[in-house]
Amino acid sequence: MKTAISLLAFAIAFPLAMQALDQPFYIGFGARVLIYAMAAASLNLVLGYGGMVSFGHAAFFGAGAYIVGILAVEGTRSAWIAWPLAVAVAALAALVIGAMSLRTRGVYFIMITLAFAQMLYYIFVSLKAYGGDDGLSLPGRSTVGLGLELRNDLTWYYVVLALLAATLYLLHRLVHSRFGRVIEAIRENETRAAAIGYPVYGYKLACFVISGAIAGLAGALIANQSSYVSPSLLHWIQSGTLMIMVILGGVGRFWGGPIGAAALLALEETLSGSALLGDYALHWQLPVGAILLAIVLFAPQGIVGFFARRRHA
Amino acid sequence: MLEIRGLSKRFGGVVATDDVTLEVARDEVHALIGPNGAGKTTIVAQLSGSLSPDAGEIIFLGANLTHAPQHVRVRAGLARSYQITSIFKRFTVLDNLALAVQARTGSSLSFWRPVATEQALFDAARAIAADIGLGERVDVIAGTLAHGEQRALEVGLALATRPKLVLLDEPMAGMGPEESQRMIELIGRTRSRVAVLLVEHDMDAVFRLADRISVLVNGRLITTGTPAEVRANAEVRRAYLGDEGAARD
Repeated sequence: MKTAISLLAFAIAFPLAMQALDQPFYIGFGARVLIYAMAAASLNLVLGYGGMVSFGHAAFFGAGAYIVGILAVEGTRSAWIAWPLAVAVAALAALVIGAMSLRTRGVYFIMITLAFAQMLYYIFVSLKAYGGDDGLSLPGRSTVGLGLELRNDLTWYYVVLALLAATLYLLHRLVHSRFGRVIEAIRENETRAAAIGYPVYGYKLACFVISGAIAGLAGALIANQSSYVSPSLLHWIQSGTLMIMVILGGVGRFWGGPIGAAALLALEETLSGSALLGDYALHWQLPVGAILLAIVLFAPQGIVGFFARRRHA
Repeated sequence: MLEIRGLSKRFGGVVATDDVTLEVARDEVHALIGPNGAGKTTIVAQLSGSLSPDAGEIIFLGANLTHAPQHVRVRAGLARSYQITSIFKRFTVLDNLALAVQARTGSSLSFWRPVATEQALFDAARAIAADIGLGERVDVIAGTLAHGEQRALEVGLALATRPKLVLLDEPMAGMGPEESQRMIELIGRTRSRVAVLLVEHDMDAVFRLADRISVLVNGRLITTGTPAEVRANAEVRRAYLGDEGAARD
């Protein structure tokens, strides 16, 4: 609770501080972090709590983004229509992909989720009507009415923050509910969970669909963030990035997704700018990789796990 | 209450269960014994639903459960424990038992209410913990319990689903005499509430607990009878009890 309040206070103050410092660029960056925080939190639900190593999470993220993109170029820009539809389509995709993938385990599950996501990726690459591999430029951000102009970056930031807060609240209730306990029990010992009377397949599928739906919402937001969608949102590298965020933050830790997303994007931002590394910034991936390696080696429980342990010690 | 009719299962050329017909009565402790590799655990697996029989029927309380999924059998009151301890090692003893209680009380498709506020769930779990002799150990992480305590929790998880019949697969496996004694007492206490199909190698325990004993050799049931009858059965002696059975007389 204390963590939630301090993180929320920081997130509320951040864009105001950037405005005061005359650094409006970072307001947009902040919104991006919040969106990835949502996507990573959704992945952490299946990966961390459910123990399902899904390597195809970008499929749901990208599907959500494309729904908003396609609707926008077809003339429907209302967020009230586009965003729920993005969530519904992502959930449906998760239902179909999950129903098949969850019949497998371990490495096979990783590979089959990856394969489904790549299939979706190639479908959008070949979808010439909607930009193919060039991607799709949106005429602008969604409209919400209520006197809110999402074009305004500050308004946009707070709308994203409100949605993230609501999503995290929902996830928090979820993981502490009866359902959440069952999901964790299945991760710990699937055989026994079945033997004490849980239909494990159904529970895993429900978890997978909820996670996919939230990733779809994050996708709807990312399409708005830059008013542009491209197949790269569905590429396996995107799935990998989300996974790295979760691992970095802390697998199965409630704040693991958001903290990991913030940490990775902040690292990239810092190291890819020329302020710190000068001309070497071109090779920013190298130091990012080294730092990730160090974290995995020295804080295998991720950033959140590392601090939680220090607090208990 | 449990009827097994003509149950058969083969793995390639090996007949693991060969036309087994067996009945477990209400309030009975029915022991299933046999040498290693006789197919005892294979029968337990088919009864609990983790393995599908090739032929035969499993009737429990009048319902045909031959091909029912595992959770349906547990709901019907047929639960099992494992020979190799299978508990939720990173959860506390209390959380382990609460999970099993939760499975039988109301829907677990509850996404909103914090489970920690469900007093009744944890009260029931505490009662079972006390029953299996872990009343003082409820807050311990299950994986750090002593072997005997983990075995007690193993059986406790099955009992927490409030079964009408419990399949205990070698509950005494790897136990010292003192721990075995406690397990025998535990099974003795629960027999008034729940029927037991007991697979066990510890003959001392079997003869003390069982109302009836079935003997399985090479997947085939060679006899079923009271402990005295089984002890006197020449075929059983030859096939299984060997010197041990002979020496007792």
